[in-house]
Amino acid sequence: MTSTETPTVDNGVNVGALLDARKALADAPEAAQFQWRAETEWIKGTHSRGTVRTFRGLGAEQEHVSTFTFDADHPEQFAAEDQGATPVEIVLVGLGACLTAGIASVAQLRNIQLRSVKATVTGEHDILGILGGDPEVPNRFTSIKVHFDVDADATPDEIAALVAQSQKRSAVYDTLTNPVPVSVDVN
Amino acid sequence: MPQVTSVVIGAGHSGLAVSKHLTDRGIDHVVLERAEVANSWRTQRWDSLRLLTPNWLSRLPGYSYRGDDPDGYMTAAEVTAYIEGYAKEIAAPVRAGTTVTAVRRTDDGYVVETDQDTWRARTVVVAAGGATVPSLPDVFEAVPDGLEHRVAAGSGEEGVPAYRNPDDLPEGGVLVVGPSASGIQIAHEVQASGRQVTLAVGEHVRMPRTYRGKDVLWWMDAAGVFDDRYDEVPDLARARVLPSMQLVGTPERITLDLNALTRAGVRLVGRLAGVRDGVAQLSGSLSNVVTLADLKVKRLLRTFDEWAETDGAELTKDLPPGEPVEPTMLPESVPLELDLRSGEIRTIVWATGLKPDLGFLTALGDLPLWDRKGRIRHDGGVVTASPGLYVIGLPFLRRRKSTLIDGAAADADDIVTHLAGYLAGPA
Ligand SMILES: Cc1cc2nc3c(=O)[nH]c(=O)nc-3n(C[C@H](O)[C@H](O)[C@H](O)COP(=O)(O)OP(=O)(O)OC[C@H]3O[C@@H](n4cnc5c(N)ncnc54)[C@H](O)[C@@H]3O)c2cc1C
Repeated sequence: MTSTETPTVDNGVNVGALLDARKALADAPEAAQFQWRAETEWIKGTHSRGTVRTFRGLGAEQEHVSTFTFDADHPEQFAAEDQGATPVEIVLVGLGACLTAGIASVAQLRNIQLRSVKATVTGEHDILGILGGDPEVPNRFTSIKVHFDVDADATPDEIAALVAQSQKRSAVYDTLTNPVPVSVDVN
Repeated sequence: MPQVTSVVIGAGHSGLAVSKHLTDRGIDHVVLERAEVANSWRTQRWDSLRLLTPNWLSRLPGYSYRGDDPDGYMTAAEVTAYIEGYAKEIAAPVRAGTTVTAVRRTDDGYVVETDQDTWRARTVVVAAGGATVPSLPDVFEAVPDGLEHRVAAGSGEEGVPAYRNPDDLPEGGVLVVGPSASGIQIAHEVQASGRQVTLAVGEHVRMPRTYRGKDVLWWMDAAGVFDDRYDEVPDLARARVLPSMQLVGTPERITLDLNALTRAGVRLVGRLAGVRDGVAQLSGSLSNVVTLADLKVKRLLRTFDEWAETDGAELTKDLPPGEPVEPTMLPESVPLELDLRSGEIRTIVWATGLKPDLGFLTALGDLPLWDRKGRIRHDGGVVTASPGLYVIGLPFLRRRKSTLIDGAAADADDIVTHLAGYLAGPA
């Protein structure tokens, strides 16, 4: 049941490297311990800027090839200046990005050529919660929906399996669907 | 000190299959058993349990089902009798009531200490069971006091008694954790007893009982899926931790999947992910977990159909076409929390899997015997870190069917072949 064909499919994912890493890390579990970081600096009002540059992993300090910034704010409907996406939208972006990356990797592994992948992520939110207008209403999304349009050389079931497998291996999906202890402190 | 060429630890079907192959090769040995032959089937199964494998699919070396219902499913008592019959027929040299407490290395082999005699042997085959003690997840510790607990099978561990039957539970709601063979079977009979069951569903292996009129395990066997080898399967680490098949053996040959449980009134929720302030937190991943299982079973049935069109054409020519897989239904909204202090849930049944108990091997000392999860390292049953030591009956030891009764014959043959080669020394 093993496949020995050389891959003719290219989704731009180096699956060989990922599989090698999985094998290597299974034997060296310390190296698999990563820490991801983001710094957020308040600018004005609800506007802040997030910066992502360093992380730790493979047993060492690591750095992205460049520094990435993310402006976050709230829309004018919230009497804000709309200098960036709202933080909840950034969460949706993270989920869509994580699942999409997963689809590309799994497709490569399964020798499926992708032509286009588009995720539409929507989160339902009752903002009475965050406004403190109704103590029964939680702050979080009440539900999140991800709709995928995938065009690929594969059957509908194979495409459905790509999407399902990407959820199974998604850090953001897992973080959103399962409890994670969050601690916050101040200097 | 009594001496033999080989000590076999455990007189379940695995140890007996090894014994038969040792006898056939003229290798003198004993089978040390802490209780009686087939102890696991006498003491570690709930009352109503039947095999989920059909009677014919219990072939042991030189022995097979001889009754008049090859397609039926044995009760635990029938399995006990079946295995006892085997031990007699092969005249296995079983020492019952002998618990192995430590295995140590010597210059030329092993010393096997027991609560009776101490044995010397050149080789040791560990057949002490791959599924004898329950694995409880970490969240077990976080559950608030005041609930009854049961483990699905195995000996009562950490003070948690084993589940026997619904009457043994208090009235009131029951949370069953784990949707594999034991979880679904227990959920089904407890719900039928009038208690509301909530089933926490993580990853599972969905299976219809029959496909195209044949037992699904007939297909697994005939199409060669059960024979997939450990050194050929693409992801062995994953294959070794796959949950048991979601099947039940009943005279009516019912399919007991999540839809059947829903129709019976069982409430499905996501995996039990945590407990905070007495409230169980249930994973929001339920829909993906059922989608994965639906897609996988469809792929499996397609594998069968492909085989039926090629190598299996002759065997399947009179079978009806395949039935489509009904998608798993989920309610519009599934709760993400369950208050464990409200009194709604009175009992939790932990159907979260079983693991081996190989504590007697720790006396071997500082060898690289264990992986980082505490599982024994072996290459298809050969414990390479300790020459002359073997294990059998662990998940996907050498084949997909390694933990099934039907899997022991080929595995025991391979292992005893290796063992005989080891005794003969380098060629
Ligand atoms: C709930 C359940 C249902 C199952 N249903 C099926 C099924 O339908 N079909 C199927 O084919 N398989 C089934 N299996 C899998 C498998 O057949 C059983 O697990 C079977 O018991 C394994 O046989 P074994 O000989 O490997 O181990 P066991 O039957 O566990 O035998 C091990 C023996 O070793 C003895 N022992 C352990 N430690 C020591 C020691 N220190 N000293 C001396 N003796 C010791 C034990 O007393 C026991 O008799 C099921 C398993 C479980 C748990």
